[in-house]
Amino acid sequence: MQIYLPIAEVSVNALMLLGLGGLVGILSGMFGVGGGFLLTPLLFFIGIPPSVAVASQSSQIVASSVSGVLAHLKRRTVDIRMGGVLLGGGLVGSAIGVQVFALLRAIGQVDLFVSLTYVLFLGVIGLLMLIEGLNTIRKTRTGARPVRKKHNWVHNLPIKIKFRTSGLYISVIPPLLVGLLVGILAAVMGVGGGFIMLPAMIYILGMPTKVVVGTSLFQIIFVAAFTSMMHAMTNHSVDIVLAVLLLVGGVVGAQIGTVIGARLRAEQLRLWLAVLVLAVCLKIALDLLIMPAELYSVGPVGEH
Amino acid sequence: MRRLALFLALAFAAPASAAEEVLAGLSQTRVAISTDFRGSTILIFGAVKREEAIPEDPLQVIVTIAGPSTPLVVRKKDRRFGIWINTESVTVDRAPSFYAVATSADWPASLSEVEDLRNKVSVNRAIRSVGAPRGIVDAGSFTDALIRIRERQDLYQTRIGAVTLTEATLFETSIELPANLTEGNYTARFLLTRNGRVIDTHEEVIHVTKVGLERFLYNLSREVPWAYGVLALSLAILAGWSASAFFRYIRGQ
Repeated sequence: MQIYLPIAEVSVNALMLLGLGGLVGILSGMFGVGGGFLLTPLLFFIGIPPSVAVASQSSQIVASSVSGVLAHLKRRTVDIRMGGVLLGGGLVGSAIGVQVFALLRAIGQVDLFVSLTYVLFLGVIGLLMLIEGLNTIRKTRTGARPVRKKHNWVHNLPIKIKFRTSGLYISVIPPLLVGLLVGILAAVMGVGGGFIMLPAMIYILGMPTKVVVGTSLFQIIFVAAFTSMMHAMTNHSVDIVLAVLLLVGGVVGAQIGTVIGARLRAEQLRLWLAVLVLAVCLKIALDLLIMPAELYSVGPVGEH
Repeated sequence: MRRLALFLALAFAAPASAAEEVLAGLSQTRVAISTDFRGSTILIFGAVKREEAIPEDPLQVIVTIAGPSTPLVVRKKDRRFGIWINTESVTVDRAPSFYAVATSADWPASLSEVEDLRNKVSVNRAIRSVGAPRGIVDAGSFTDALIRIRERQDLYQTRIGAVTLTEATLFETSIELPANLTEGNYTARFLLTRNGRVIDTHEEVIHVTKVGLERFLYNLSREVPWAYGVLALSLAILAGWSASAFFRYIRGQ
């Protein structure tokens, strides 16, 4: 079923877009990641112009995150206070990130920078999660109890706040900084930033894994909505037809994903996310290393 | 000087074009891009009007359809520090978004090199690139790459022998417009040639426009971007909420 996208100005298969949205939605619901790091390269691959792909998928992320968060709210696994603090840092961060992006674009090579950031972050985070996940599983097999670090430098800073849902009593400075850093990276890489946020919440803030997914989705909604609005206003590159097709698939997928996620054990969930992140990292790294079939590319003037 | 040359050219060309003239028609002069647009076939037909006997040398017909032209950048990847990155780039000054050329015979027979250069008929000639920046030796490979990429998308087509000519008077062909078409005014050009020389030309315009929902959404996104953004977000939130509500309902059963 071919459909013509009004802004992207290409004709694509509607069922394929529904399927893509569904797939990414499932992952989104399972792991609490927006799925931008997966969807954007997939959209490039089926021939959607990059600027339209990046802009339109941010509204798909809003939809699947709303759908996912509602499911998590019902299970009381969203720490709204923590989400709000992270978001505060995140919005400031993304405003800085947009400036960094503009600077990179002026120098050229923004594609390369984005690819390298992806490889670096996905690689490091994926490996850390993989090692951690394997260790936990081995320890549970041998009967040793997983030791959760109760105190690190995070707990010695001022302005402490009680985050009841997370069972934490920590300073607001670390979550603000985490939000800020993720916001910058998210804007530069054109994603919601869930895959960076999740490990930061677990390993730096020490939040329980159960709460992490819902809280991450909660703050992604606002970051993605902000990005989507920015793109619509400045670049006119949001394709509403593309977004709707992706999000119809996405919201259904997110519901299924949340159910699957609730059935899996937290350690397993982390392990699978690690494998997924590493797979995407490997794909992007290979694209940089292997000689492309077509060395040339065509683009509009004034866009890098 | 230029005007004089043009005048002389016209003066010499005039008797020839009076002798044989192309009369042409298109199956449609409007292409509507609707939501289910899957490409379109344009039938092109015409006749040669002449007031004297058919000359000895064979007559040939060339038909071209060109989309609106825009400047483009063609980039080339190169290996630096072990990774493939965009290095050199060439700005192509004027490249049509779509270009199809159909002929009744192969190249030298239907159009000479000089006439091609003058009338910009073949795909290679229809694209104009500005002087390549310093340090780029093979600027031609950049335009070749552009043509190769667009040919793969069916946006550039060269169809030798696709025009059927009957009795050196009636001709017909069809050109497929692909589904990934952009808006604008497309020019259909007809060239009558003999011995590779152009003896008459004729032009028609095909209007390619988005219609209905496509038109509305496109205009909204340009004219009232904030409303468009709010619309996109509301749809997203509504869809997210209703999917959640729906799933809660079926699980509640």
